[in-house]
Amino acid sequence: MKKWYERTDEKRIPEKSKAKKMPEGLWSKCPSCGKVIYQEQLIDNQYTCMECDHHFRIGAKERIEITFDDKSFKEMDTRITSLNPLEFTDNITSYDKRLSQAMKKTNLTEAVVTGTGKIYGIHVACAILDFNFFGGSMGSVVGEKITRVVEKAIKNKIPLVIISMSGGARMQEGIFSLMQMAKTSAALALLSEKRVPYISILADPTTGGVSASFSMLGDINIAEPKALIGFAGPRVIEQTIKQKLPPGFQRSEFLLEHGMVDIVVHRKALKATVAQLLRYMT
Amino acid sequence: MILDFEKPINDLEKKLETVQKTYEKHPDPERKIEMKNLEKQIKRLKIEIHNHLTPWQRVQLARHPARPYFLDYVKLIFHNFIEIHGDRTFKDDKSVVTGWADLDNQSVMLIGQQKGRTVEENLMRNFGSMHPEGYRKALRVMKMAEKFSKPIITFIDTQGAYPGIGAEERGQAEAIARNLKEMSSLKVPVITVVIGEGGSGGALGIGVANKVLMLENSTYSVISPEGCASILWRDATRAPEAAKALKLTAQDLYYFGVIDLIIDEPLGGAHTDHLMTANSIKKEIKNTLAKLNKLSSKSLVSQRYHKYRTLGEYIEKNQIKTSRKKITKK
Repeated sequence: MKKWYERTDEKRIPEKSKAKKMPEGLWSKCPSCGKVIYQEQLIDNQYTCMECDHHFRIGAKERIEITFDDKSFKEMDTRITSLNPLEFTDNITSYDKRLSQAMKKTNLTEAVVTGTGKIYGIHVACAILDFNFFGGSMGSVVGEKITRVVEKAIKNKIPLVIISMSGGARMQEGIFSLMQMAKTSAALALLSEKRVPYISILADPTTGGVSASFSMLGDINIAEPKALIGFAGPRVIEQTIKQKLPPGFQRSEFLLEHGMVDIVVHRKALKATVAQLLRYMT
Repeated sequence: MILDFEKPINDLEKKLETVQKTYEKHPDPERKIEMKNLEKQIKRLKIEIHNHLTPWQRVQLARHPARPYFLDYVKLIFHNFIEIHGDRTFKDDKSVVTGWADLDNQSVMLIGQQKGRTVEENLMRNFGSMHPEGYRKALRVMKMAEKFSKPIITFIDTQGAYPGIGAEERGQAEAIARNLKEMSSLKVPVITVVIGEGGSGGALGIGVANKVLMLENSTYSVISPEGCASILWRDATRAPEAAKALKLTAQDLYYFGVIDLIIDEPLGGAHTDHLMTANSIKKEIKNTLAKLNKLSSKSLVSQRYHKYRTLGEYIEKNQIKTSRKKITKK
């Protein structure tokens, strides 16, 4: 056997030229510990860091892939899009224009994808918010689509699962956005009355008008580890109380400690946990 | 406190006062004519200014420190008020006042956000910004009203729910969310009156009602103009522009179908005549309540559900769906 310094196999010491040829986007760097992770490994690990368990923020499409049984997800209400009811503009770009930019950038029609799918064979109605589209914020369309998926769960008597990731109500639609909080919460009251189970999953971040409406109203509220969850954003609180916030404030574990979420579940255990809970509740 | 745009009116009023004083000392018919002219001028100027208020000027009126607050209306509109304290879990949040009262010959449950006028009052009232225990107190008394089949009247006047450490620890988001859900299925009439500032989720947390009434110069918005300006331009001093962009006036909201009625204020604003404002509110509450009293509990719940179910504006399969009223905007 050769001594270690005599070994010359290519696998151990990749040539510089080969490394350069690596196409972009194949590697991700963990924002928490800095570990560089091969994309396929990251996907296998359900977009969590194998080193420090950091949960990457993921879009609705990735979420659907890791949550539902293969090819079981059927999207609904795909042809409903936002208008600019306030004729809102920041004096540089109008809200309409920003909407079409967001659509192009994300390949989504709005900040939520709704539909039905199967979780270990259990048929559920589901809504997944996407933070990439206007910070996952709720305007008329998000409110309407969420309400419809709640109504779908009521009509078909199937459990409801909502996965939230949102900065809150969408400022650009003003009072219409605010009213979606009442609309979605009222629909959930009906769901509750019909004794249809609702599991709310809160991912990083879930704040403002979304946390203060449907996200906090699950029969079971599940949080992903270390997700920022709260009513007011940390910056607003710091400005109000004029002091720095303690570390871990408004993170999942903090909410668990204060009795606001039921369980903190690692993303890799999420699907199995949801399925087991649904078995208890149906 | 005199607002910028009120200054020309105030100047004339001061002038009138001096003339009045001289007239009292030396009753001279010329002074009398001068006084009449000044009075006419003041009225004309008030109409001129108050017919063309900008959204920001309305925000200023809604926040006017002399504007009547909830407890002023309790005294001027209701009788036999008995305050009910506390959420029976944590504490009594004094930024919201709740209790039983008589509205002429009908008993009602009142819930109102209360601002303070002095430093001490504001410390006690937390400037009308509620904590979770406030929302839980409100819900507790709403459930009590439901239990005894009595209508609920809520008064909104807040910058917003309080953003602080304790508020987050005790679940501000959960408290508001739960109120939205529970209020939607209350089996008794619920009327909300926006009397000053309607600050986002903190306002809505006691505002899911069968009918929402709004004073002419009150505002209701998803975010404060300052907050909006900070986000858009990193500059809170551009709040007047943001106020315009947010469409937060009673007139806008009526047009959007979000509120049901605008209550006129006295010329010059509610702060110029508390009693007259209170009487207008009383009249409209009584009218609204008379209509809601005729509905069964089932119809009340479904009317309220339908009201919020239809709010919004979007496009689906090339068709615009909107809650906007089909009237031409003035």
